[in-house]
Formats: sequence, structure tokens, C-alpha cells
Amino acid sequence: MSTLLEVDGIKKWFGLEREGLFGGERQFVKAVDDISFTINKGETLGLVGESGCGKSTAGRTILRLIEATEGKVVLDGTNLYDLKAKDLKKLRKDMQIVFQDPYASLNPRMKVKDILEEPIKIHTTLTKQQREEKIKQVISDVGLNAMYLERYPHEFSGGQRQRIGIARALVVEPKLIIMDEPVSALDVSVQAQVLNLIQDIQEKYNLTYLFITHNLSVVKHISDRVAVMYLGRIVEIGDKSAFFKEPLHPYSKALISAIPETSQLNRRERVILKGDIPSPVNPPSGCRFHTRCPFAMDKCREVEPALTEIGQDHFVACHLYEVGGEVIGKI
Amino acid sequence: MTQQFAQEIEIKPKKKGVFETDAWKRFKQNKLAVFGAVLLSLFVFVALLAPVLAPYDPYVSQVNELGTYDVHASPSADHLLGTDSLGRDMLSRLIYGARVSLSVAFAAVLIATITGVILGIIAGYYGKWVDTAIMRLTDIVICFPVLFLAISIATILKPSIFNVMIIIGLVSWTTMTRLVRGEVLRIRETEYIEAARAMGQNNLIIMAKHILPNIMAPIVVQATLQTAEAILTESALSFLGVGVQQPVPSWGNMLNEATSILVLQFKPWIWIPAGLAILLTILCINFVGDGLRDALDPKTKKT
Repeated sequence: MSTLLEVDGIKKWFGLEREGLFGGERQFVKAVDDISFTINKGETLGLVGESGCGKSTAGRTILRLIEATEGKVVLDGTNLYDLKAKDLKKLRKDMQIVFQDPYASLNPRMKVKDILEEPIKIHTTLTKQQREEKIKQVISDVGLNAMYLERYPHEFSGGQRQRIGIARALVVEPKLIIMDEPVSALDVSVQAQVLNLIQDIQEKYNLTYLFITHNLSVVKHISDRVAVMYLGRIVEIGDKSAFFKEPLHPYSKALISAIPETSQLNRRERVILKGDIPSPVNPPSGCRFHTRCPFAMDKCREVEPALTEIGQDHFVACHLYEVGGEVIGKI
Repeated sequence: MTQQFAQEIEIKPKKKGVFETDAWKRFKQNKLAVFGAVLLSLFVFVALLAPVLAPYDPYVSQVNELGTYDVHASPSADHLLGTDSLGRDMLSRLIYGARVSLSVAFAAVLIATITGVILGIIAGYYGKWVDTAIMRLTDIVICFPVLFLAISIATILKPSIFNVMIIIGLVSWTTMTRLVRGEVLRIRETEYIEAARAMGQNNLIIMAKHILPNIMAPIVVQATLQTAEAILTESALSFLGVGVQQPVPSWGNMLNEATSILVLQFKPWIWIPAGLAILLTILCINFVGDGLRDALDPKTKKT
């Protein structure tokens, strides 16, 4: 399996207004602070974390919808951050995004047909007739009737709109789609339908997904690998089955223990975290999680742990798994 | 489930004309707005058909049966609104004045709207120093005392209809710019603009196709209300003698004669019609503007 997307140490710091007349040192919101991962072709990487941890910012920074402060993103051999605006526009054909809010992501003044036609017009030289054929094919692939094409977005339900949003990403046949919480705004009954649709089209169009969500059940359903973000950092990344069977990072353990379980037999012990997520302006020293970690040691307050491989393709950033610089394996 | 359901129902694409839209239905319910629209179209109609409707040439002094110029004649069957100090028929001048006053107002608003919308969109969309530069320029223009500026420009250039249009246009785009910038700031952050950028659409098309159609409603309302202001400014300038020049009639310079106490007190037919015309037009435009604001706001659902 070859790598499609390689994210290498990207940072996105948002500068805050200086306080007072002369300010002093400028402060930054470190929304995304040095994250790295790779996604293989045809794979789905689930990116999870609580709200405000920087997962959506990460998605947008990867696509260069917002400019990164630092880092490198390589899509299929091309470093996106080196490209000039003009070349980047051409490459946008290969990477698309589906947004969270289906009510805000479609232009209310455009017919569905025009919404879907726009990306094709930008990126291909197809004739009007070919474009129409393409649109009809894609709209039926996302499970909508071609008769809907003449309608405006406000005439649709949330689930249908999300299908249109997915269709808009599909028409240019991208390699990578970033799914930014595509089902969070939908009804639970519709969520399943849209998730299945997302899986179906992945096969049909040979897509690679970065699936951003805060919902672990969704991740369990859809992704091949899972990355957990906390306060702008990736704390654990690994294969889905390994991750759900045995999460390594205390934060991951807490997240997984929070999934409601219906069966008495499978009841786990709840790991309950104290306090709130700290401010990303002044993240805690050392390990960012130490303020809420039930296993925090002195070392955690001083030294920031690096992502180290513990199991097969299973990385974690936690001092609990090393002694004197040596990785001691699972505990 | 939903898919099958959708396929079973035959969906006819609805072609809606202007008069079937929700906005029109809401507008129709506002009686004042409809009244304003009707009266306003009447004025426009009269202005367009001025040569047909006016009983006399507005530039020619009328001669009475004694063979003298019929100066300051009171309303009669011959001259429904009397004549002015040079013996010209007031009704004809009022009708031709509508032409001048309305076209000056429309042209000025067109200039102001185009300038205001373009600057506002650019400022709002690009942000940063572009925004700062444009908005500070706007602040500066807002600080100009309009009449003083207009009078100085009118004195430097030769006062003429076209100069009046340009002057009013150049001082009144600021409100539009501020309004448009605010709206753009709101729209710019929506996900469909982000989606357009994600698909690699270029900025000009995003502004024209994605942003502009979504902020048309407030622009239309603002332009309408601005027309009333433009008529008022034109009247004021013409009244002061730096706007539309005699012998071309405008509602403003017709009022100029009322500066004489004699006319003001004893010959009200000379200034009441022009004053009333200005009042009614502005009132109607404001009614229409308010009606449009309510009608174009999608949050007010049709009842």
C-alpha cells in the first residue's frame, strides 16, 4: 500500500490581539501544534478528539484553506505548502472537503445543478452535455433523484443536503476527501444512511478519507486507523482493532470508557477525567494531558512525551510506556 | 427508504415568475408599500411621458390676453398650477422637473451603489490592510459635510445636471460600503464560500457568484432608501442655486422662488406643488424601501 497523504509536523497558531498599547509578547492560540501522520491509498483515518482540540483546524490546514504556520503536507508526491496559488488551484481537484453543517455548506441561491456543475467547470474541459451526464451519474451515486437537480438547497432535508455536499466533492473525482464531521449535524437515523453512503462511494471512487469526528462509534464503524487528538497534538495513533481493544493513552482509555454499552457483560470501568480542557493559548508544560491524567507523574509535568511505537503500527505519546528512555511496552 | 420514496413521487420542477415568489406575496400584504410603489410608478410614468403630458413648453414664458407676460398668475383653467415669476406654466415645469429630479436621483444612486458595492465586497472579502484602507477612506468621506463639499465642487466645476449626479454619487456611497462590508464579513465565513475556495474557484467569481447574490436583499433596500436621500440632496443643492440650473426645471430650483417672502406668503401655488412632489416621492420611496426590507428578509415567512 502506498502513501497518499503525508502530514509532517504541521502547526497552526492563531495570533491574538496584543493587549494594551504596546502589548508585550504576542500570544498565540496553538490550535494545531506539530502533528504528523500518513494516510495510505484507499484507507480511512479517523481523527477524534473533543471539541476545541483542533481537529477541524487540522483538516482545513492540510487543505491549505487556512495557511499553516509551519510544516509540510505531501499529497501524492507534491508538497502542497510549496505550491503557488495558481498550481494549488489545479491540485484542488485531487482533494475535497465535506462540511459538518449541511445547512450552511450549500449556496442558497444556486440550484443543485449549478452547485454540482461549478467544480467540473473549473477543473475540466467537458462539454455542457458531458457535464450534465456526469452530474446525473454522481447524483444517483449519492442516492438522489436526478429530478432534484432543478431545485434549491432549502427544499431539501439535512440528510439530502449532506448527500448533495458529498456529490459536490465527488464530481471532480478527487483522491482524498476530508470529511469534517459529516454526520454530526444529522439525525441518528439518517447518520447511518449517510455513513453507509460514504463507505459505498469510497469503494466505487477509490477514495481515501480523513474522517474527522468526535463520535467514537462512528470511527469504529468507518475507519481503518484512528488518531486521537488532544489540545492540538496527536496523543495516540494506531490500527482500529488494536486501538479499540486496548487503548494505550490514558486519554484514549477515558474516551473509550465513555462509549455507552448496553450489555452488562461488556461494562467497563469508567475512567472519569477531572476538569476541563486547558486553554490552547497557554498549554500545560510537559505532557499537555497531565492536568487531567489520573496517572500523572512528576516527569509528565516537565518533559513532553514523543510519539513512540509501542505495538505494531501503534504509536502513543505517554511517559507511562517508557522507563529511562527505554520503551517498556504495554502495561 | 427515503430514496425509494423520492423516486415514486413525480417532482415537477417549478418555474416561478417574479410575481409568484414569496417575497412578492409578502410585499403585496404591505398596503403602504403597494401604495408607495403605485404612486412612485405614476411619477416615473409622468416623468417619462413629460412631452406628451405637459400642457405647455416649460421654457417659454406665457403671454396673456393683454399681450404681456403672464407673471405670477394664480391657478386657472389655462394654467392649472399658475405661472412663475417669468410667466412659465408651473404644471409643465413640475412635470419636466420630475424628469430631472428623478433621473438625477437614479443616476446618483447608481453611481453610489456600484462604487459602494464594489468597495464593500473587496474590503470585506480580502480583509486585512485592504479592508483597513477602504474603511478609513470611507470614514474620511463620511466626515465631509455633504452640502459644503457639493457646493465647493459645484462651484469649481460648472453646475450642471451631470455634475450634480456625480457629486451626489460621490458623497453617498459610504453607507452602502459599510453595509456591504458587514454582510460580506458574515457570508465570507459560511461553509459554502469555504467550499468554493476548496474547489479552487477564483476570488472574482466567488465574490460575483457566491457572495453578491446572497447580499442582494439589503443592497436593494439600501439603494431604494438612498434614492430618497438623493432627491433631497438634489433639491437642497438646486434650491441653493448650485445644483440644476435655470432654465432647466427641477423640483429643488422651483422651490427657490419661495425665498421671496411675497411668494411664500401670497403665492403658495408656486412652491406648494414642488414641495409636495418632493415630500410624496420621498415618502413613497421610504414605504417601498421598508416593504422591500420586510419582503426580502427570508426569516419573515409568508403567512
